[in-house]
Amino acid sequence: MAEITTLREAVAGLIHDGDHVAFEGFTHLIPSAAAHEVIRQGRRNLTLYRMTPDLIYDQLIGMGCAAKLVFSWGGNPGVGSLHRFRDAIQKGWPAPLEIDERSHADMANSYVAGAANLPFAVMRGYAGTDLPRVNERIKFIDCPFTGERLAAMPSLRPDVAVIHAQKADRRGNVLMWGIVGVQKEAVLASRRAIVTVEEIVDDLEAPPNAVILPRWVVDAVAVVPGGAAPSYAQGYYERDNAFYQAWDPISRERESFTAWMERHVRGTADFEEYKRSLAAAARETVDA
Amino acid sequence: MPDRDYTATEMMTVAAARRLANDSVCFVGIGLPSTAANLARLIHAPDITLIYESGPIGAKPDVLPLSIGDGELASTADTVVSTPEIFRYWLQGGRITSGFLGAAQIDRYANINTTVIGPYDDPKVRLPGAGGAPEIASLAGEVLIILRQSERAFVEKLDFITSVGYGEGGDHRQRLGLPGRGPVAVITDLGVLTPDPESKEMTLTAVHPGVTEDAVRAATGWPLKVANDVAVSEPPRPQELEVLRDLLARTEKAHAGQGAA
Repeated sequence: MAEITTLREAVAGLIHDGDHVAFEGFTHLIPSAAAHEVIRQGRRNLTLYRMTPDLIYDQLIGMGCAAKLVFSWGGNPGVGSLHRFRDAIQKGWPAPLEIDERSHADMANSYVAGAANLPFAVMRGYAGTDLPRVNERIKFIDCPFTGERLAAMPSLRPDVAVIHAQKADRRGNVLMWGIVGVQKEAVLASRRAIVTVEEIVDDLEAPPNAVILPRWVVDAVAVVPGGAAPSYAQGYYERDNAFYQAWDPISRERESFTAWMERHVRGTADFEEYKRSLAAAARETVDA
Repeated sequence: MPDRDYTATEMMTVAAARRLANDSVCFVGIGLPSTAANLARLIHAPDITLIYESGPIGAKPDVLPLSIGDGELASTADTVVSTPEIFRYWLQGGRITSGFLGAAQIDRYANINTTVIGPYDDPKVRLPGAGGAPEIASLAGEVLIILRQSERAFVEKLDFITSVGYGEGGDHRQRLGLPGRGPVAVITDLGVLTPDPESKEMTLTAVHPGVTEDAVRAATGWPLKVANDVAVSEPPRPQELEVLRDLLARTEKAHAGQGAA
């Protein structure tokens, strides 16, 4: 049952060293504040799941939180490479990173299978590609009815799903809209779920078919305005494209990355203070 | 290219856009495919259905998305569905007529690598990976591929097959049981390659104005098959250039105006 709490308490209580954690949000509603809190609390040996590892996974990987990554596309959307992700895979810095690499269709289907409490997912895919050659979790089976050869993958069942949504009500029911990605499936496939929201309201005023996560499938709801930045929250704020571009030089070298993370994430108490820290840095740049 | 009022990238984008029909249902990759698909929508294909893997169906963005899930795609779409639904019902369900992909590397059978340069376990360059491309390449009714042509990109042997074109050529796609026809054209900044009807080897069948066959051969990492009768692409018409440049200018202005680091 959802408890309305602080992000700090939610992470402290629900994410442990060694957990399998899915931070989802497909370009939209990326749970940045929650990822920062995991970094602040120094979690280690996490197996991280995410269809599109982008800035938050660059940060979690570069700060040494991850032992393994389950993913299907790793890049800085519209900009280029993720330097910390690449450094971990190519050079093992700051620690070797095991990878379990899939396609988007696989991840989406495997979350659906997890949510449906099935042992595996089945789809038409992967034939002729090299992914099954390097990932032993991808198998092929024959359809018992038609004989068609189909790809089969074990369900994704993370320990914890972490997402950001637009609203919750005072009882902890969660509402999201716009590009909703795989968040509902990730939450239902996971044992525990943390949701950060833009605001808590008396009444969600949602139409009957809205994407709602009832409070009894969520463990913690924390209000973090702006908590999806630099991604966006439809109806609240736009994607901060300039930040995605700025991330490229910040993350390119280990030293500049670490200094940035120490100052703005490890050196701040929470997301509000992080935002003030960024604003102060922007003023320094203008003054210089 | 001397004395031309357009760039090679503009020629490539226009040539790709012309290949989409008004009744296409197009699964669009980000970057060059998205630019070309929206150019088609703004010129000759106003009713085209553009689908992005993040969930928007029937997106009509006024400015090009920087990411695959920009709000502009959601707010201009006929509907927005979940990511599992996009891949399960719409792509695997057989609703997509054209898949439109970019690539880091391609081989003579239009197989694509977007995963690694070098060995998988010890890569020289780690690329972003598969995303939606493997299933788009196998399931869409047909596939268009757009990328700049160079020896580094057009290679004799891929280090990794992320998405299948014609596999080892001939009837390999059928033997693999892939539902879609496969790549019908590779559109580059130098010309257009289309598959040989039998061997499925990608063959140079058109060059853009001012480009020689030798220049295309020099930018290809295998002995390029050239058609007996190579066409010359029609240069971009004034309207095509105007609409493309307006679109890119609007896009640049909109993205520059957003947020601050």
